[in-house]
Amino acid sequence: MNQSFAVGIGGAAGQGVATPGDIFAKIFSRRGLHLNAYNAYQSIIRGGHTFLTVRTGPQKISNTGDHLDLLIPLNQDTMDRHLRLLTAGGACLYNADLIQPGSAAAGVQLCPMPVSKMADITRNKVGQNTLAIGASLSLMGIGFPALESVLVEQFRKKEQAVIDENVSLARAGYDYATQNFKPFAWPLPMTEARYAVLSGNAAMAMGGAAAGVKFYSAYPMSPATGVLHWMAAHARKAQIMVRQVEDEIGVVTMAIGAAHAGVRAMCATSGGGFALMSEGMGLSAQAEIPIVVIDCQRAGPSTGVPTKTEQGDLWQMLGAGFGDYPKVIAAPLDIADCFKLIPEIFNITDRFQCPGIVLCDLLLSEGRLSVDPKELDFAPVIDRGEMIASNGTGDHEPYKRYKITESGVSPRAIPGLPGYTHVVSSDEHDEDGVLISDEYTNAGKRRAMMEKRMRKVDGIAASVPPPELHGPANADVTLIGWGSTYGVIEEACELLREAGISANYLIVRWLVPLHGDAIVDLLRDARHTIIVENNFSGQFARYLRSETSFVPDGNIRKYDGEPFAPHHIVEAVKEQLAGKTKLSVPAHEIMV
Amino acid sequence: MATDTAVVAPKAISMADYKGRVDPDWCPGCGDFGVLAAVQKALVELQIPKHEVATISGIGCSSNFPGFIETYGMHTLHGRALPVATGMKLANHAMTVLVTGGDGDGFGIGCGHFVHAMRRNVDLTYIVMDNQIYGLTTGQTSPTSRIGMKTKSMPYGNIESPLSPVALALAAGATFVARGFSGDQKHLTELLKRGIEHKGFSFIDVFSPCVTYNHDNTFQWFRPRVKKLEDNPDYDAGDWNAAMEKSVIWGEEIPIGKFFERTDLPTLHGAEPVLNAGPLVHQNNRIPADVAKTFIEELM
Repeated sequence: MNQSFAVGIGGAAGQGVATPGDIFAKIFSRRGLHLNAYNAYQSIIRGGHTFLTVRTGPQKISNTGDHLDLLIPLNQDTMDRHLRLLTAGGACLYNADLIQPGSAAAGVQLCPMPVSKMADITRNKVGQNTLAIGASLSLMGIGFPALESVLVEQFRKKEQAVIDENVSLARAGYDYATQNFKPFAWPLPMTEARYAVLSGNAAMAMGGAAAGVKFYSAYPMSPATGVLHWMAAHARKAQIMVRQVEDEIGVVTMAIGAAHAGVRAMCATSGGGFALMSEGMGLSAQAEIPIVVIDCQRAGPSTGVPTKTEQGDLWQMLGAGFGDYPKVIAAPLDIADCFKLIPEIFNITDRFQCPGIVLCDLLLSEGRLSVDPKELDFAPVIDRGEMIASNGTGDHEPYKRYKITESGVSPRAIPGLPGYTHVVSSDEHDEDGVLISDEYTNAGKRRAMMEKRMRKVDGIAASVPPPELHGPANADVTLIGWGSTYGVIEEACELLREAGISANYLIVRWLVPLHGDAIVDLLRDARHTIIVENNFSGQFARYLRSETSFVPDGNIRKYDGEPFAPHHIVEAVKEQLAGKTKLSVPAHEIMV
Repeated sequence: MATDTAVVAPKAISMADYKGRVDPDWCPGCGDFGVLAAVQKALVELQIPKHEVATISGIGCSSNFPGFIETYGMHTLHGRALPVATGMKLANHAMTVLVTGGDGDGFGIGCGHFVHAMRRNVDLTYIVMDNQIYGLTTGQTSPTSRIGMKTKSMPYGNIESPLSPVALALAAGATFVARGFSGDQKHLTELLKRGIEHKGFSFIDVFSPCVTYNHDNTFQWFRPRVKKLEDNPDYDAGDWNAAMEKSVIWGEEIPIGKFFERTDLPTLHGAEPVLNAGPLVHQNNRIPADVAKTFIEELM
């Protein structure tokens, strides 16, 4: 098992949980450590409960894990709820003036800090946080200068007095811990590596910029808003037109207008906003204007649980809009993949002139991951497909926008070119773009156009790879997942192997096209198959069955708003292998 | 004869250039024929080449317009022509973008976009063929149908007040607001020319009678009522309050003409520094390496 170290910080919204999280993330990544962070929060700006977990270690950290090594409760509520996550060797740092300790597991060090005796924090409401960060660093065996430089950077926009005050608070916490508490048995190591730390939303926005997106439109909606924020903040440097639009219908149709004019256009939303975009998806397909829409899933239906994660939008994506049309749906596997996937899907949507959906979720959108900067490739392959962008010199045949071809792809002429005027249409049309749906209705033309568009499906399938099976062959159990459950499934397989159960896994990234035959081939000899997904009805299991008739031996589902922890899957696999059940729904032990 | 001169005057743009690939399938006598002809005339008189024009519509009888004129046409979704046109204009602001549709498309299902396109001052010319009825769905009440009007959807008479598109446009901040009549093509052509030349959002509400389903608001009904604002030498189209006052006059006298214009506000594309480097579609789609480096460094 890889070594890792997890810190949890919790308090009410507004108590300043985010800043210590940022500081820890910077310190860890600058030591050359990987990290994975997730913030559990609610849809309020002040009050409630918010709990941030940052897990770090020298190897890749695929999820925030099962337990904590350090807990920093900023209020009593956090102490009461989360102390149980500390395991032997762990520590809890708390303000002894305000918080009563609970009873901790054996081997957990309770570290009360007499905050009012250590510093005057009457003017600085988050002073206790800074003291605790200082103390944490001492326990982790990290020298103070690392913290000092991050604090100076964190407060660089404030006056010098504020910086000095925070540095001295941190120093006081650091020194107090050095004198009074026992450091962790495993001092955090250092490596030569340096990582970028980013959210999935920032990754998808940056992936868009790298893919050559020139137009981004959005309506604010959690958990997709982070994509808009990155785009808006970087629009001028990246030369991207970013618009906040009146609703998601306007968002998607504006993107289609920009795409028709010849630029790559993207938008992002969550399930509710996507519902408004459905008709636009059909327009993109019918008029053959490529766009990419990101759906950051949150717990539904309706407003649902706006700040919690779920994989519940799959069937909405599969059925988006009415009628049959070619489309592409892909689910990024982790935050690094959020970046990488965007140029890939744009190359497919451009080549096949159809809509593409990136099916992300809150876990990845708002989680944070350390990524090797080399993985953030701003010069990826850009394939705009068959596009007439210059009218050349000589005459050409009369242009037919929807020319019937073997591949189903008709070259696009970019508006503004002399000699290529044409009409694109949401109505069914002939090769020339002339509507056939009114008085010219012609069954033969309709059939030919349907077949032309649907022929693109074969080309799309040939351009994405089938999934692979990872881990040992002939495993006792094969776990099947899609998208964001990749990280936790990977770790669960490791934990199972440590427990003497050999496990392998298959993760689906391209949902449409699915490559169902390849999946069935991979699973044919599997001894025990279990589909893992973050929804109630087994949306992927039902999809896989509808495409392939494949039925797994069991299912593990979670639909309480919180992501899976590795032990949820491990315990469920054990009970299923013991024949106790075919459907496990792990309970989330901590209320967050 | 100067036959040896190398300078050949470019061929003048004529009505033939703008003739569509198919003839309109509107009912004989439909008001939309007059609007189509006026738009073609305006483009010819302004000598704008057809490949520099985009005509974008929603859905409905009048929204079949792009198929009947030879430009870069686009037939979008019901009510969604304005956001599509906005996206197109922002991605290539060198194009002249016309938006065509009806009262149901623009003031009913698309009304949200209508208001926002105006407050944004997108440089579009929005031509609404306002016939006070839903035609393509065979005659239902529209947002501009009069109170008491009997239709298939309100057989006992409309009990909902019609909206005033001109007043709404003025309230939403449109920088060019006009009303024309399909029965006065010369006047309409002038309004269209002024609207196309206007830098910013130009809205032209056009009375375009439905000869099949609206037996109230016919050519014969409109003709004696429409009074041109241009005929009143004291009318000042720069006076927003005066325009607002005129916009609600409806009855024996209905004003047509240019209600309002202001030219002191920037267009949306003009206010966006990202477009200083020229139309988006002609810009480089690669992030320069030094810029990409800064994006990554902020995460470290």
